[in-house]
Amino acid sequence: MFEIVQLGEQAVITLEGLAALLFGLKRRDFRLIGPTLRDQAIVYDDIDTIADLPRGWSDEQDGGRYRLVQRGDDRLFGYAVGPQSWKHYLHPPMLSLWRAEKRERGFEIIAPDETLPRFAFLGVRACELKAIAIQDRVFLGDSFTDPHYRRRREGAFIIALNCSHAGGTCFCASMNTGPKVEAGFDLSLTELIESDVHSFLVEIGSVEGVELLAEVSSREASSEDRAQAEAVVANTAANMGRKMEADGLKELLARNLDHKRWDEVAQRCLTCANCTMVCPTCFCTSVEDASDLAGEKAERRRRWDSCFTMDFSYLHGGSVRNSPKSRYRQWMTHKLSTWFDQFGTSGCVGCGRCISWCPVGIDITEEVHAIRESEVK
Amino acid sequence: MAIQNELTATLPITDPMLPRLTRVLVRRREGPETLTLELEAGAAAPAFLPGQFNMLYAFGIGEVAISMSGDPAVADRLVHTIRAVGETSTALTRLEAGDHVGVRGPFGAGWPMEAAYGCDVIVVAGGLGLAPLRPALYRILAERERYGKVVLLYGTRSPTDILYRHELERWRRRLDVQIEVTVDYANGPWHGHVGSVTTLIRRTDFDPLHGIAMVCGPETMMRVTALALKEAGLKEDAIYLSMERNMKCAIGFCGHCQFGPHFICKDGPVLRYDRLGDLLRLKEI
Ligand SMILES: Cc1cc2nc3c(=O)[nH]c(=O)nc-3n(C[C@H](O)[C@H](O)[C@H](O)COP(=O)(O)OP(=O)(O)OC[C@H]3O[C@@H](n4cnc5c(N)ncnc54)[C@H](O)[C@@H]3O)c2cc1C
Ligand code: SF4
Ligand code: SF4
Ligand code: FES
Repeated sequence: MFEIVQLGEQAVITLEGLAALLFGLKRRDFRLIGPTLRDQAIVYDDIDTIADLPRGWSDEQDGGRYRLVQRGDDRLFGYAVGPQSWKHYLHPPMLSLWRAEKRERGFEIIAPDETLPRFAFLGVRACELKAIAIQDRVFLGDSFTDPHYRRRREGAFIIALNCSHAGGTCFCASMNTGPKVEAGFDLSLTELIESDVHSFLVEIGSVEGVELLAEVSSREASSEDRAQAEAVVANTAANMGRKMEADGLKELLARNLDHKRWDEVAQRCLTCANCTMVCPTCFCTSVEDASDLAGEKAERRRRWDSCFTMDFSYLHGGSVRNSPKSRYRQWMTHKLSTWFDQFGTSGCVGCGRCISWCPVGIDITEEVHAIRESEVK
Repeated sequence: MAIQNELTATLPITDPMLPRLTRVLVRRREGPETLTLELEAGAAAPAFLPGQFNMLYAFGIGEVAISMSGDPAVADRLVHTIRAVGETSTALTRLEAGDHVGVRGPFGAGWPMEAAYGCDVIVVAGGLGLAPLRPALYRILAERERYGKVVLLYGTRSPTDILYRHELERWRRRLDVQIEVTVDYANGPWHGHVGSVTTLIRRTDFDPLHGIAMVCGPETMMRVTALALKEAGLKEDAIYLSMERNMKCAIGFCGHCQFGPHFICKDGPVLRYDRLGDLLRLKEI
């Protein structure tokens, strides 16, 4: 076994090596989350071993369409992103913030006392790492810190993945967010299958990653291994299902807030909020009280919310954004324009989820294209 | 091995969503649906800036944004004027002296108190909009010599809706501040103005080149007021508005308060008109 000493170093492990890596994480009591097959989609869920991974499956994705297909090979990671993202774990759909209990005069506020295991995430794509970095800026970056997010995020061990399959709705290449994983991981994998040899090129991103990998049998990556891995990523980049014309996007949308295209897209949009639920960067929540029937106990809960609902912009007397047009515009201009003002980056990482999971197949890249085209002419 | 296997709640970070518990000291009726609550500030209450707000929590009901409306120089109590319009605000107005209330804050960017030094100050309030402007008035009157001419133009529905009546009468007796009150309609004896605040702006004399305006009221009122102030010669960067949007967190997490690029809770509620101008002209932003 060769000895790993440095970050950034690359090694090659076999299928058994990957199994041993996962075992090492389980042994350290990590809560291991990775891709699994459920409800005819690939979703991130608790896994124990590599046997839980969707071996041999892939997906076909297009506007309003997601279908699993058999690959005819043994790839463990031969598909693109599914309906779920890591925000389910870092920024859960429902969270209890605190409780209150009635007392003789008034009430008492009780802070939660949660004990959380550390997460280990297996198979985090480049676009998803960027999405996590974006949510970091929302919850950790400003004058206020969300301790719930921070606790989940700080302890997370991340095994990233260089994509070998470009989804039909992916456009990370044109957003400069993938498919090559660059930073923010403990270990990263590129899955290689070459004439019956199934292996993984592993890159080391942290000291903890070094420690874990040191327990697994591995060999130093040769220049052929590296070339193979680069070819995998290059091939994915060349096969993106979609392309975003990202130049000057912030300004384009900011000067077209009353463009007629918003009326046109509003004819199709059902304001179902699917796009916001599947988007890995959408962070909006509502906070509400749940109380028992006797009115003795109350709980403050935070749950995901969406700018597509009427309640979202409600002020006594009515909603600010009544029309579907204004709500679609709020969503898209936030993702692609005002996000830059607020957080210094795009709010979209080009994962394509909002396109695949929109029941009527509205395509964010096409909407941008339409506005751009009609502006030039 | 340096891996720590469990992260517990003992991390040294406090949750900005966790309220402090405080009590109602005084409850005072201001008008038909409006009350002022004075809450015990407690040692944990940070000083506030005029224009900032708190999130007030009513047990089992909810939490809403309510402006600081008291004197920023008085540290031992938090003064809030609340209009009962829905579930939470109604529950808050039903609290009695001694009852508990949850408080988070103060939050947001306030009025340009320092930028206004040496300037004529035009304060324009519509209805409950006077509440977040009152701390600014207290501050100005406490440091009267730092400001030029000071004018308060206050428009409200009817004479019975006039907030802080005694205070306004007391201030009116001062010779160094001009106070004009106008109502939409006069019910009962009323000798003051009838009509909108914008007509008062046209009649007010101030130095537009060295003037600053602080405006709070319903959004339409603020839009027409800003236009009238511009007509009177004030520059867009000398007009400040306090905006209102749905708020669920007040700390930039929930996304509800967005107005174009602005988070009203943390970039506002007070925002300069030149930063809003275009957005205010569009519908449903
Ligand atoms: C910065 C700021 C300062 C404010 N200052 C005051 C004040 O000093 N006095 C006062 O009486 N009111 C003030 N308001 C308005 C007050 O927050 C609303 O009247 C209150 O939220 C209504 O809640 P409700 O549950 O009673 O009404 P509902 O109509 O039942 O509203 C349901 C929910 O919608 C949201 N909501 C509704 N209206 C508003 C609104 N106008 N602004 C923000 N969220 C809203 C709240 O989350 C509320 O719980 C302020 C609002 C903001 C944004
Ligand atoms: S906007 Fe769509 S493509 Fe962009 S990150 Fe969100 S879900 Fe992915
Ligand atoms: S764009 Fe599609 S997914 Fe998003 S709200 Fe409209 S119909 Fe639903
Ligand atoms: S009130 Fe939640 S982001 Fe501003």
